[in-house]
Amino acid sequence: MSSAVKTFKIDGRDFSAAPEETILDVARENTIFIPRMCELEGLSTVGACRLCLVEVKGANKLLPACVTHVEEGMEVTTTSDRLEKYRRMIVELLFSERNHICSVCVSNGHCELQSMAERLGITHIHFPYRYPKEQVDASHDRFVIDHNRCILCTRCVRVCDEIEGAHTWDVMGRGIGSHVVTDLNEAWGSSETCTGCGKCVHVCPTGALFEKGRSVAEMEKRRDFLPYLTMMRKDHE
Amino acid sequence: MIAEKISEIARKERDSRARFGETFHVCLASGCLASNSDGLKHALEKEITDRGLSHNCRVKAVGCLGLCSDGPLVSTRSGALYKKVQPADAREIVDHIGREPVARLSRPRNIPFFSGQTKIVLENSGVIDPERIEDYIAADGYSALVHALQEMTPAQLIQEVTKSGLRGRGGAGYPTGLKWSTVAKATGTQKFVICNADEGDPGAFMDRSVLESDPHRVIEGMIIAAFAVGASEGFIYIRAEYPLATRRLQAAIPQAEQLGLLGANICGTPFSFRIQIRVGAGAYVCGEETALIASIEGKRGSPRPRPPYPAAEGLMGQPTLINNVETYANIPPIIRRGGAWYAGIGTATSKGTKVFSLTGQICHTGVVEVPMGISLREMVFGIGGGIRNGRNFKAVQTGGPSGGCIPAQFLDTPVEYESLAKLGSIMGSGGMVVMDESSCMVDVAKYFMDFCMHESCGKCIPCRVGTYQMHRILAAITNMSATPADLKMLEELCDLLKHTSLCGLGQSAPNPVLSTLEWFGDEYKVHIGDHKCPAGVCSQKRQGAEV
Amino acid sequence: MATHLVKSAPPNDDQRWKRVDATMRRTGQNSHSLIETLHTVQEAFGHLNASALRYVATALKVPLSHAYGVATFYHYFSLEPQAKHVCTVCTGTSCHIRGAGELFAAAQDALGESGRAQPNSHISLIGERCIGPCALGPVVVYDGKVTATENLETLKQRLREWIAE
Repeated sequence: MSSAVKTFKIDGRDFSAAPEETILDVARENTIFIPRMCELEGLSTVGACRLCLVEVKGANKLLPACVTHVEEGMEVTTTSDRLEKYRRMIVELLFSERNHICSVCVSNGHCELQSMAERLGITHIHFPYRYPKEQVDASHDRFVIDHNRCILCTRCVRVCDEIEGAHTWDVMGRGIGSHVVTDLNEAWGSSETCTGCGKCVHVCPTGALFEKGRSVAEMEKRRDFLPYLTMMRKDHE
Repeated sequence: MIAEKISEIARKERDSRARFGETFHVCLASGCLASNSDGLKHALEKEITDRGLSHNCRVKAVGCLGLCSDGPLVSTRSGALYKKVQPADAREIVDHIGREPVARLSRPRNIPFFSGQTKIVLENSGVIDPERIEDYIAADGYSALVHALQEMTPAQLIQEVTKSGLRGRGGAGYPTGLKWSTVAKATGTQKFVICNADEGDPGAFMDRSVLESDPHRVIEGMIIAAFAVGASEGFIYIRAEYPLATRRLQAAIPQAEQLGLLGANICGTPFSFRIQIRVGAGAYVCGEETALIASIEGKRGSPRPRPPYPAAEGLMGQPTLINNVETYANIPPIIRRGGAWYAGIGTATSKGTKVFSLTGQICHTGVVEVPMGISLREMVFGIGGGIRNGRNFKAVQTGGPSGGCIPAQFLDTPVEYESLAKLGSIMGSGGMVVMDESSCMVDVAKYFMDFCMHESCGKCIPCRVGTYQMHRILAAITNMSATPADLKMLEELCDLLKHTSLCGLGQSAPNPVLSTLEWFGDEYKVHIGDHKCPAGVCSQKRQGAEV
Repeated sequence: MATHLVKSAPPNDDQRWKRVDATMRRTGQNSHSLIETLHTVQEAFGHLNASALRYVATALKVPLSHAYGVATFYHYFSLEPQAKHVCTVCTGTSCHIRGAGELFAAAQDALGESGRAQPNSHISLIGERCIGPCALGPVVVYDGKVTATENLETLKQRLREWIAE
C-alpha cells in the first residue's frame, strides 16, 4: 500500500485521507453521515450489516464504506434514493427477523437500531414478522442476554476476542438459525472463560445485552472505553 | 532423468496392455458403483479365471464412461459398449469374446451422446485406471509437467494459459491466465495454490467424476500452476460427500511423490510443492473463495468482503490461487498442445470445452464434454436424446442455485458465458437440468430459494433474512395464499439481495426467481390470481419437502 | 482454577482418541487443524459431544465457543448420536424434479417427525443435497446402501419394517 496521502471526493466535496483510512473513517472525521451497525470504532471491521454501502463512480457495484480504502481521485456518493431504499429495507428486515419491542426494552431511547430506524424515516415494517421463540439467559450474576433483541452484529464476539482476549462469545449455527453463544452453548452464568468485564454489554447496539437491575429505558451504554483502550495499547506497542 | 523414466513407464504399460487380446473396462465411479459395478467386476474376473482365459483376457477398473443412465457400463477394447450389466451377465459376455458382442446388452456408440462430444478434460475418463499412475503416464500423463519444468519459464507458462483463453470453470468464468498472472506478481512470504473441489450445486457432479476417473490430471494441473505462480504449498478442498474421490486423491498423491513428480525438488529441479487434502463438512457457501479459505483455516465458512481478493491476500493473508477442478484439468493438454490449439476450439469469447452433468427428464443422462458454442438444442435433443417418457421440453436449468431457467424459445442459444448471462442464467459449474411439463417453475424457484436459505452463512442481513422472506413468499405462492403485493415484495427483495449481499451466494440467490419471473411469469400469475398450478404440482395441501 | 482450559487430556481411555491425536499432529496441531480433527472425532465416535469439543479445543488452543461455532456451522457434523437406522433422501435438483419431494414428505408422515437423530427414535430421516448418482434419481440411502430410482411403495415398505423393530 502506498504511503501517500490521497485526495478524493465525497458527495462532490474534496477531502484527504491518510493511507490506511477507509471511506467511513474520513466520513466520520468530517461528520458526514453514513449509516452503520456492525462497525464500531476500536473493533475490527467485518462489512456484515451492509448499511454502509455507498456508490463509487466507476465501480460496477456498491462498496461497503467501512472496509473500502480510499483511492486517489475516488468519487463517493453517500446517499441517493436507491441507497436510502436499500438501507430502509435492511433495517426493516432486522425488525422482522426477531422480536424487537421497544416499549418494554431496557434500551428504549438508547438503542442504535431504534435510532437508525428513526433516522432513516421508517414508520412501519413491510415484511411480516417472523416471531421466533428466542431465549433470555439471566444466569450470569451481573448481566443478561435477551436473544429476542439480538441482531447478530457480532460486536460482542469481536470485543471479547480482540479487546478482552477471552473469546467467550462466538456464533453457532448458520443462516437465520444463527445465535451468539458462550463457550459450548452453556448458560452464561456457568461460563468458565467469561471474566465479567462487561465490555460486550456496552458495545451491544441494542438491548440484547444489558446489566441486571436496569428497568425499561434505563440501559445506557458507554463506549468511550474502546477508543481509549485502543489508544493505550498502541502506546505500549 | 525424469523424462526418460516417464517414457520407460509409459512403454512398459503399453507393452503390458498389448499382451492381452481383450480387455473389459468396468466403470467404478460412484454412479455405477451404486448399481454394484464392483460385484460385476468380480464376476467378470471370476468367469475369466474359471475358464483359464487370464493370459489373454483381463478386467480393468476405469472411471466414468459418461452415459450414467445406462450404467453399470462395460466397454471392451474390441469396441463394444455394454449397458446395464449385472454380475449374472458375466458368463454371456465372456462367452462372446472374439465374437459379435452380446446383442441385448449392447449400447450402440454411433449416437450424438458420444459423437457430439469433444473430450479434453474427459479424454482419460473411462479409459485409464484411476488408481494407477502408470496408466496415466501411458496416456501422456505428466509429460506436460516435465516439459513445463525443463523447458519453460513461469512467465511463458502464464502466457500459454492466457493465449488459450481458458476461463475459470467453477462458474465465474474469470480469465485463468489473468488470475495466474495476478498471483505471480503479488508479493508475500509464501504463496498457495488451492483446488476448489467443493462442487456444491445440487445435481452437478462433473468435478466428482473427473476426480474419481482421472485424479492425476488435476494434480498435474495444480503442480504446473504452482510453478507458474511461485507457490510452495497446495490444498485440494473437497466436499465431505465425495469419499471415493477423496480416496482416489489420497492414493494418487503419494504415487506422484514416489516418482519425484510432487514434493521436494520436482523432476530434479529446485521447485518444491506439496499438496494436502482438506475435507469440507457440508456447507455450500464454502465454494466461495474467501469462505473456502476460512474453512481451511479451521473457521466457520463466512465469506469476507472483497477486495482484497485472495490473489493478493488469501490463505493466511498470503497470495493464493484458487481454481476449480475442471480448470486445472485443462492445463496439461494446454501445455502439451499449446494455448493456440485450445483457443481454436469454442467461440470468440468462450474458448475450449465445458464439462456438464446433464440430468433431469432426458433419455441420456450423465457426464458430457462439449465445445463451447454448441446449442442448447443440440445438448438436450442431440446429446441428451430428447425428453423421456414422451413428454415435452419445458426448460433447461443451468448454474444451479445461482443460475436460471431457459425456455424453449431460446433452445438455439449457443452455450457460452455471455449468451447464457444475457438470458438471465449463468454457465455455472456445469449442472444442466432438463425439465418437462411436469415441473412447476414457481416450485423450482422455491426449491432453489430453500437451498440458499439453508446454506446462507448468516453473516450479512440481506441474505440471512432476505432469503427467508423470499422463501416465505414463494411458499405462499405455491400454497395458493399469496397476493400481488407479495409478488412486488419478492421483486424488491430480488433487487436488494442482488446488489447488497456480501458474497456471491446472496447476490445470485435471486437468479432462479428472476429468470422464472421473466420467462414463466404467467405461472406466477395463475398461482396468485387463479390459485392454480398449471403443471399440477402445487396445491393448498403440503407439497414436497421442506428440508 | 480453570487450568483445564489450558491443559488437556482425552476425556477417557478409549483408544480411539489416539486417532484424533494423530490427526491433530498430522495437520500441524493448531487452529487450522480444527475441521480435520472434528472429522476424525465424528468418524471414530459417531458424533461430537461436549467433552470431545472441549478436549479438541484445548488441545488446538482454540476458544471453546469458536469450536462450538465451527461444529454447528457445518451440516456434516452432528452433536447428537446417530440413530440405529438412517434414511437419507436425496433432495438434489435432478432428484427433486423426479419426485424426491414426495418421497421425503411420505417419509416424514411415516415417521411422525422430521429432522436428524431424535433422542427417542431409532430412525433418523435426513434430506441430503446431492448424494451423487444424479442420473438414477430419485435416490434414497438406507443405512449407507444407495438405492436408485426409488418409489413410494418400496420406501414406505422399508420404513414400516424399521418402525416395527
